[in-house]
Formats: sequence, structure tokens, C-alpha cells
Amino acid sequence: MTETTVRIPTPLRPLTDGAADVVVEGSDVAAALGALGARYTGLLERVLDEDGALRPFVNVFVGSTNLRELDGLRTELREGDVISILPAVAGGGPA
Amino acid sequence: MRASDQRLAELRETIPEVTPAEARALQEQGAALIDVREPDEVAQGSPAGAERLVRGFLELRIEDAVPDKDRTVLVMCAGGVRSLFAAEGLRQLGYSAVRSVLGGFNRWKEDGLPVEHPRVLDAGERERFGRHLLMPEVGEQGQVKLLESRVLLVGAGGLGSPAALYLAAAGVGTLGLVDDDVVERSNLQRQILHTDDRVGTPKVASAELTLKALVPGVTIESYELRLDSGNVDEVFAGYDVVLDGSDNFPTRYLVNDACVKLDIPNVHGSIYRFEGQVSVFWPGYPGRRGPCYRCLYPAPPPPELAPSCAEAGVLGVLPGVVGTLEAVEVIKLLLGIGDPLVGRLLHFDALAQRFSEYAIEPNPECAWCHAEGEFPEYVDYQSFCSSAGVGAKAAG
Ligand SMILES: [Zn+2]
Repeated sequence: MTETTVRIPTPLRPLTDGAADVVVEGSDVAAALGALGARYTGLLERVLDEDGALRPFVNVFVGSTNLRELDGLRTELREGDVISILPAVAGGGPA
Repeated sequence: MRASDQRLAELRETIPEVTPAEARALQEQGAALIDVREPDEVAQGSPAGAERLVRGFLELRIEDAVPDKDRTVLVMCAGGVRSLFAAEGLRQLGYSAVRSVLGGFNRWKEDGLPVEHPRVLDAGERERFGRHLLMPEVGEQGQVKLLESRVLLVGAGGLGSPAALYLAAAGVGTLGLVDDDVVERSNLQRQILHTDDRVGTPKVASAELTLKALVPGVTIESYELRLDSGNVDEVFAGYDVVLDGSDNFPTRYLVNDACVKLDIPNVHGSIYRFEGQVSVFWPGYPGRRGPCYRCLYPAPPPPELAPSCAEAGVLGVLPGVVGTLEAVEVIKLLLGIGDPLVGRLLHFDALAQRFSEYAIEPNPECAWCHAEGEFPEYVDYQSFCSSAGVGAKAAG
């Protein structure tokens, strides 16, 4: 199996017991995210909608390339790839 | 005969001279006209379209101003003497077609040729911005450009504080500040524009005091209001760059839409607890086509998935890092130097102390930045964000 690292953004770390980098197995992004979701309940719903598509306020990158520019969730992974999840954050550091 | 007179006679033999009218004609055909007089002389007027390179720095700076050594270079001083010495200096650097302008600027003016009054630095500005003037990427012309620039900061909070301080310090002449909040003590953990004795006063007023104490000459334009679809065009009009330091999604989408509509670069920074994102959303950037904020995030998260910093907390130093990165992008855009974060998303993780860069592409389906013909109407941003971060104080 292909081992990759998923970088968890701060807003989702409460769901990974604070883990910032999680190593998962999966030959493509969908499988890797599925493995992540199996390990941490509630996490996948924050990234994917009911139909399993990426939510519009989340971007997922393999290396520095957006999934949208690759094959989406079907993007194949190589050993050691880093998957980054980046949600929109509003803050400027309010009152 | 004095040695200087003798040298001058020799130079007249070797350096071709042209009249001001001939110089003007050559300038119109593409020759570079270099005014080598001192700044106080230039302040009284200088030929239209001339490059101003003071004699003392001429040899050091000419290659940035005129990279092509075969281009015709016309050197001008006040009366046509200093320009002969200056022209000789340029020949020694390898410029092959150097001319000195007979009678200098005095005769140029007498002959009724076009004159302009460029903004030049006064002695105080020269001292204050001396470290900028030493760098060819800024120099006197760049510094004048900064002084004539207008930057709007949306939010005088966590991101706006360091950004405004550094932009004012760098000599950006006009800073607009949009914020309808008052200073609260809990702001002071990171909003370093404000002070403990100003708790309860409007942030824009507090910011103006701080910025003018740092740079008395800076012009502050205050907007103590909440940005909305009705006022955004008027507030944004005439600014060269907008720096988004807001703290809520409705304002971020509004800032994006207005910047796309008005073709103003949108320098974006956003933070959450220990991490931040920085980018420049400017589909009109001539260098390459990047996305707008909507291309990257077509819709905001529902409020329950997007707690504000007020709810989630934020490391006080974090906006210092992110707001300062935004200020760097603003300065680069104003000066037209370096490679801006257009099409590039910079992510900062303070706990890992790691910067990551991601490529972000324009979305060909984007209704805003790919609009053909009429720009879409502004939407109702509060309901679009279905109350994400509503209550919406501008700016961290
Ligand atoms: Zn767009």
C-alpha cells in the first residue's frame, strides 16, 4: 500500500486529537481520505459533502498542486506524497 | 589657464553637444534625457519625461535607468558645464552615444520646451528613507512612488496593525483605514496600533494617532463604517492596493468582488489560532493570470464550521507575521518589483514554524473574474455567508 502524510489544518485538529500530520495508506486521494475518516470520526464530513465531493470552502493539495488541477479525488498517490487540507479561514484576529 | 578650464575645453572637443530643441527631438525618437542637477534644482522644474539622476550617483545608477549602452543619452545640467563632465563619466562606462545639452535647463526653459515639476524628496524625507534610497529597487523614484501611493486597509485590527505601521514607516503617503470598532482591552494582545489608554475610542482614531506619531507626514483617510454593497465602490475608488485584514466572510467576499470589479489588487491575509494564509488576488495582474478569492473558495463554510478568533482564540504574534507578509506584498506591488503572490497561496504554520506554498489557479467557471461584459451585481453578503461570522467587526 502507498503511505502518504495528510496535513491537518488547525480548525480540524480537535477531531484528530491534536495531530497535525497523520500517516495513512491509500492508492489515491479518495482512499487516503477514507482511511483518515475511518480513524477519526466526524472529520470527513468537514472535507467532503454528502455526495462525496469536495466542499467549496476546502482545497486539497497533493504536494503544491490543487486536486482541481489533477484528477480530483481519483488522483493517484505515490509513496511519500503529502496531502494538505486547506479550509477558508476568516480571521484577522477580531475582538 | 586653470586646469578645470583646460579640461572643459578638451571635453568640448570630444563630447558632441546638442541644443535643447535638438535634444527634445532626439528624446521624442527614443533617446534618454538625463537631468543630473541636484534635487533642490529639480524641484524648480525639469524637462518633461527626463530621468533624474543626481550627478553624485550618476555612474552608480545609470545602468538601471538605461541598460542599453547603445541608446542615445542626452545629459543635462543647469548651464551645460557639469553635463560635459557627467557625459564623460558615462562614456567611460561604455555608453556609445552620449551628448551634452548646450545651455542646460536654463536654455531649455528659455526656449519654451516642456517642463514638469516632479515630486522630489525634501531633506527630511531623504534622511528618513535613506535606507530605501540606497537600494536600486527603490531609490529616489521608488520612494516618490511610495509617497504618492494610496493603500486601503480593511480592518485596523490584528492584521491591519503591523501592516499599517510598516506601510506608514516605509513612506506610503496615504493610508485609508476602514473599521467601525472601538478599542477593547482584549485587542491589545496583538493589535499593536492601539494602546491601553485608548480603550473605548474608535480604532480608526487610535490608529491615526499611532501612525502620525511614527510618521508625521502620512495622510490618514478614516472610514468609521462597516463596508457594504452600497458604500464599497465609493470607499475603494482611487486606491492603488487594498489590504484585506477583515475578520469575517461577508467582508472578505465583498472585498474580493469589489477589487475584481474595480481591478484593484487584493492583498489577502487570514489567520486561525496558529496558522495563516497569504495571497494576492488580482486577476488583472499583467504578469500572469491568477485566481480571485471566489475561484479558490467558491463559498464560505457554514458558521458552525468557521469559529471566529473571538471564539477560537489566536496566537497574538501570528497576525504580526501574516500582516507583515501582506505589507511586503503591498510594497512590491506599488514599486512593481519582485514576484507577487498572484496564483500562489502561502501558508504559515507557527507551531511547525513552516511555510508552505501552493499553486492556485483561476477557475474558468468563476462568475466574478471570468465575467464577460457586465460585472455581476453585488450580492447580499450576510445571507450569502448565511451568517458566517456575522456581527462582523471589520478587522482583527
Ligand atoms: Zn474568480
